[in-house]
Amino acid sequence: MCLALPVKVIELGADATAIVDLDGVRKEISLALLDEVSVGDYVILHVGYALSKLDPEEAAKTLALFAELRASEPGAP
Amino acid sequence: MKYIDEFRDGGVARILAGKIAAAVEPGRSYRFMEFCGGHTHAISRYGLADLLPPAVRLIHGPGCPVCVLPIGRVDLAIDLALSRGVILCTYGDTLRVPASDGLSLLKAKARGADIRMVYSTLDALKIARDEPQREVVFFAIGFETTTPPTALAIQQAEREQLLNFSVLCCHVLTPAAIRAILDMPEASAGGAVALDGFIGPAHVSTVIGTRPYEFVAADYGKPVVIAGFEPLDVMQAILMLVRQVNQGRAAVENEFSRAVSREGNLKAQQRMAEVFELRSEFEWRGLGVVPASALQLREAYAAYDAERRFKLVYRPVPDNKACECAAILRGAKRPQECRIFGTVCTPENPVGSCMVSSEGACAAHYSYGRFRDTTDRVSA
Repeated sequence: MCLALPVKVIELGADATAIVDLDGVRKEISLALLDEVSVGDYVILHVGYALSKLDPEEAAKTLALFAELRASEPGAP
Repeated sequence: MKYIDEFRDGGVARILAGKIAAAVEPGRSYRFMEFCGGHTHAISRYGLADLLPPAVRLIHGPGCPVCVLPIGRVDLAIDLALSRGVILCTYGDTLRVPASDGLSLLKAKARGADIRMVYSTLDALKIARDEPQREVVFFAIGFETTTPPTALAIQQAEREQLLNFSVLCCHVLTPAAIRAILDMPEASAGGAVALDGFIGPAHVSTVIGTRPYEFVAADYGKPVVIAGFEPLDVMQAILMLVRQVNQGRAAVENEFSRAVSREGNLKAQQRMAEVFELRSEFEWRGLGVVPASALQLREAYAAYDAERRFKLVYRPVPDNKACECAAILRGAKRPQECRIFGTVCTPENPVGSCMVSSEGACAAHYSYGRFRDTTDRVSA
């Protein structure tokens, strides 16, 4: 039920709507729960509504932590 | 897909597993409840339990909206569709939940009830617009993730004066459920189990933020780590919890910082507050009647409240006697400890709600985890 996906905004529409790219599928969603969304942003999509904007810097920090882990264990697959 | 694939890297998962194993202190136990069904599903699907040392035990929580919905609530929806002639719109998850008289929404549909599966509240509004001569009721279930879209739909209906649209509101609140779990008497009399920390919700927290969990650390001394629903998110959160336990700390930490802030989505919170107010109490499957744990429509939106419009009266209905869903939802039992698990009760023919939703502990264990039990038995 609470499942939601990060999707990329590719077009802004009228009345707080947007077209997003869902792994190659274009879908219209509502942006009514968010402010200041731009084309290129990633949002978390749940039952047709964007719930939050993904923060690319925070995502990069978490991924950097994982990359560091990998680097620290050279024998890992 | 971006922001998904990077968080499913098996190599990093194994490294994190090594870190967790190295961090675990001898003689200590680490019993963590993953509150959300989304986490339960990820843990089963990616076999995360297999990567963890025996001292770390994951306990499934009640965070599966379909699972905690009691039979009496589904009965109300079936009554509306079958006897009151409404078009009942529902998310697909609820269709197969067993209700009274051997019915489910799906079986009621087979008997001629007009039940329509929708993906979004926007679809339900469209049906109300297209069929102005019919009453259209949206069966609104879910935690705080799913509540703001319902609030927006009600406000939209009011703007358009869609007077044939109403909502059967069954929205429930995460922090109240966590408190109910923590307040339960331990293990005795089929109550809850002792816990050393919580893996906190991903998408619920995008809406409510991390602040509402602070009482868990402050008042109950239990650590909470908010985690995304991808496998590396879960593994990293477990490592953070193990470290908190070792250090004797209890704090709310946020592994899912790419989508969750302390304050959450204020706009969504405001919409919810405009439309909904606390119910004095609500019956949950598994947790029983919990005070101030669910929402109802405010007086200002009474016209869109299906309970008022159709004068619905809630009647509690006991679960099937053989079904252990209630104990499983409290973390007191595991799916494989239920006598009818996988025999009488299967995803094709569920007896209890935990076997219905893919996020349910029983469905997740049936689809993925039980094969591990088989391997254990063979190798033993």
